[in-house]
Amino acid sequence: MNETASVPVKGNGPALPPETMKRAYKDMLLVRRFEEKAGQLYGMGLIGGFCHLYIGQEAVVVGLGLHMKQGDKSITSYRDHGQMLVAGMTPRGVMAELTGREGGYSRGKGGSMHMFSREKEFYGGHGIVGAQVALGTGLAFANKYRGTDEVAIVYFGEGASSQGQVFESFNLAALHKLPCIYVIENNRYGMGTSIERASASKDLSRNGAPWNIPGRKVDGMDVLAVHQAAQEAIAHCRAGKGPYLLEMETYRYRGHSMSDPAKYRARDEVEEMRRTRDPIETLKAEMAKWGIDPAELKSIDDDVKAVVADAVDYAKTCPEPDPSELWTDILVEG
Amino acid sequence: MASLILMPALSPTMTEGTIARWTRNPGDAVQSGDVIAEIETDKATMEVEATEDGIFGKIIVDAGTENVAVNTPIAVLLEDGEEASAADALLTGASAASASASSHNEPKADAPVAAAPVAKAIEAEKEWGPTRDITVREALRDAMAAELRRDEDVFLLGEEVAQYQGAYKVSQGLLDEFGEKRVIDTPITEHGFAGMAVGAALTGLKPIVEFMTMNFALQAVDHIINSAAKTLYMSGGQMGCPIVFRGPNGAAARVGAQHSQCFASWYAHVPGLKVVAPWSSADAKGLLRAAIRDPNPVVVLENEILYGQKFPCPEDEDFIVPIGKAKIEREGKDVTLVAFSIMVGVALEAAAKLAEEGIEAEVINLRTIRPLDTETIINSVKKTNRVVSVEEGWPVAGIGSEICTVAVEQAFDWLDAPPARVCGLDIPLPYAANLEKLALPKPDWVVDAVRKLFRD
Repeated sequence: MNETASVPVKGNGPALPPETMKRAYKDMLLVRRFEEKAGQLYGMGLIGGFCHLYIGQEAVVVGLGLHMKQGDKSITSYRDHGQMLVAGMTPRGVMAELTGREGGYSRGKGGSMHMFSREKEFYGGHGIVGAQVALGTGLAFANKYRGTDEVAIVYFGEGASSQGQVFESFNLAALHKLPCIYVIENNRYGMGTSIERASASKDLSRNGAPWNIPGRKVDGMDVLAVHQAAQEAIAHCRAGKGPYLLEMETYRYRGHSMSDPAKYRARDEVEEMRRTRDPIETLKAEMAKWGIDPAELKSIDDDVKAVVADAVDYAKTCPEPDPSELWTDILVEG
Repeated sequence: MASLILMPALSPTMTEGTIARWTRNPGDAVQSGDVIAEIETDKATMEVEATEDGIFGKIIVDAGTENVAVNTPIAVLLEDGEEASAADALLTGASAASASASSHNEPKADAPVAAAPVAKAIEAEKEWGPTRDITVREALRDAMAAELRRDEDVFLLGEEVAQYQGAYKVSQGLLDEFGEKRVIDTPITEHGFAGMAVGAALTGLKPIVEFMTMNFALQAVDHIINSAAKTLYMSGGQMGCPIVFRGPNGAAARVGAQHSQCFASWYAHVPGLKVVAPWSSADAKGLLRAAIRDPNPVVVLENEILYGQKFPCPEDEDFIVPIGKAKIEREGKDVTLVAFSIMVGVALEAAAKLAEEGIEAEVINLRTIRPLDTETIINSVKKTNRVVSVEEGWPVAGIGSEICTVAVEQAFDWLDAPPARVCGLDIPLPYAANLEKLALPKPDWVVDAVRKLFRD
């Protein structure tokens, strides 16, 4: 199958209708501003434990999200705030979970790494590297079992891509032709270990090749490129042709979690990425080419800022969960 | 209004750090998100961002200062047009500010006292009428067939469950009746297929995962515990996981250490799981049906040696055994023997021998390990005043440890002798026929343990 070949998608893929570009801009900005605030609240002691920010990787989840329809499922690791916002979960509910309040999606019992939404078909929020890949394969299995054309989008990092259960999942998905889009978010570093030092596979988009899973390497810093690749992958899955693998070449600007020695990569590398490849700036430039009025973008900026400020306010003032919550939701009664 | 910038915490355990450098000077305009400083701890370097727009007013703690406590005011942020002196009033009240910043971490009220989960009182077991002798293997198959017929969302997957008819022939005939959509052979990849099944269960499907033996479930234990048992709680009650993990548990016969281990105490330890361990055909059929219908993850610990044994089983099509209810298999007044799975038979044999000596033992078949039916155990102990637990598994932190604790905690004043445990030896199970026989509990061990309680 020649589709297994790695086909780099050009950074300036097919342009989108202006309305779609504006939506992508708004979604990416929401994730960026939300995460910046989360980082600040962490510093203020309002968010505890682990907190993994998505800043820099926004184009990946936003580009895929543009194609999701009602009933499509998604699942990811602990770097999950962006996925939740794009799935349509409310910034208030997510931020309040980060601050451990009763208005959070898990009523304060999950935290940054563990949030879910039955309504939005978002299945977490998983803290064990690679676990979401087998679970996500099960989401695709359920779609097929029920005879729908819904798909499952399964996000994992390049660090998880060497996990045994990932390959077990590829095999199961290919055997059963499951509608599963595996998205490797290759941000180059699994915690502090670079991909070169962690994976002998030098082209992760080909990691599904033994099972004939078509794979594509995509510029994950360009939302237009992600959009185009996602369109193809999702159409493939909806048509019942089995799983598809997308390797998104992306970059996280921040540390792995909040506490990060930042000694494993040069500061210049981070600055260079921010300056030349930033997904939001790249889209802005594209929109300028299309003559989108900067005043419109300013209005989006203001809207996003207000939404995030409202979420922060809610998350700060919402009460902590009642102590009785300790003993609820351990088992389904009845 | 001027505001204070506090020393941030950048990790769950950070209490203090060093201000490496300031990246803004007093008088600079800053926007929310701008980096204003870099701080270092013994393990990390991090940037500090402004959280509000304003004018960077005044540095309180100079660059290079070490051991700056979290929440200490380190700089002042002014509104446009404000004088730097606007911060002075704030600084005098700074200690109060830093105290209130961390106050949300204090629990509002005392946490409830931890309590082991206890099975809810369940009404007396129904009489199910006429029985027929069937093997445990047939009982398990019949249970799955009945539930597969009853509910389209139920499906079975595992190694050799379909075309091969089950490695131990437990799923015999199911492929023919239900087809390959619902009876699914998997590759030998427990981690992957168990995870896939848990994912499907989170959407509301009801998988039965057969492990060829529970030993192999160790490869999937992360999904059983971290993914299946905890997701309901972590999702604030949104996402239950109706799934059954089943397979033969414990020693078989001369298959060596890696294929001979009882996992009852492993799974019994985990909140969010239910654990059952049938002995008879009626247990097997009734408990497996209840497990498949249960909206929670249930681990069903079967036993290979019991598969071929015949027991009477009710013929009633609706027959089911409630999870959480032990069964008194033999009544007695002198000592309580608490056992599960294949050890119920050992305890009954021991009871027969003890009867010859004039000791009437009551034998409790736990049937469910979690939640434990402590009520049945305690009522019996209060009657007999002596208790011996019997299990095939290892002694340390085993089910017997829990039984003895329950007896001491809840019936101490009724005990005429210390509770006792009969367990498998604390060794990996050997292969040689004579050694294996020496390692596993037999009726005489139970008889000896009981005699000791009467001797002292």
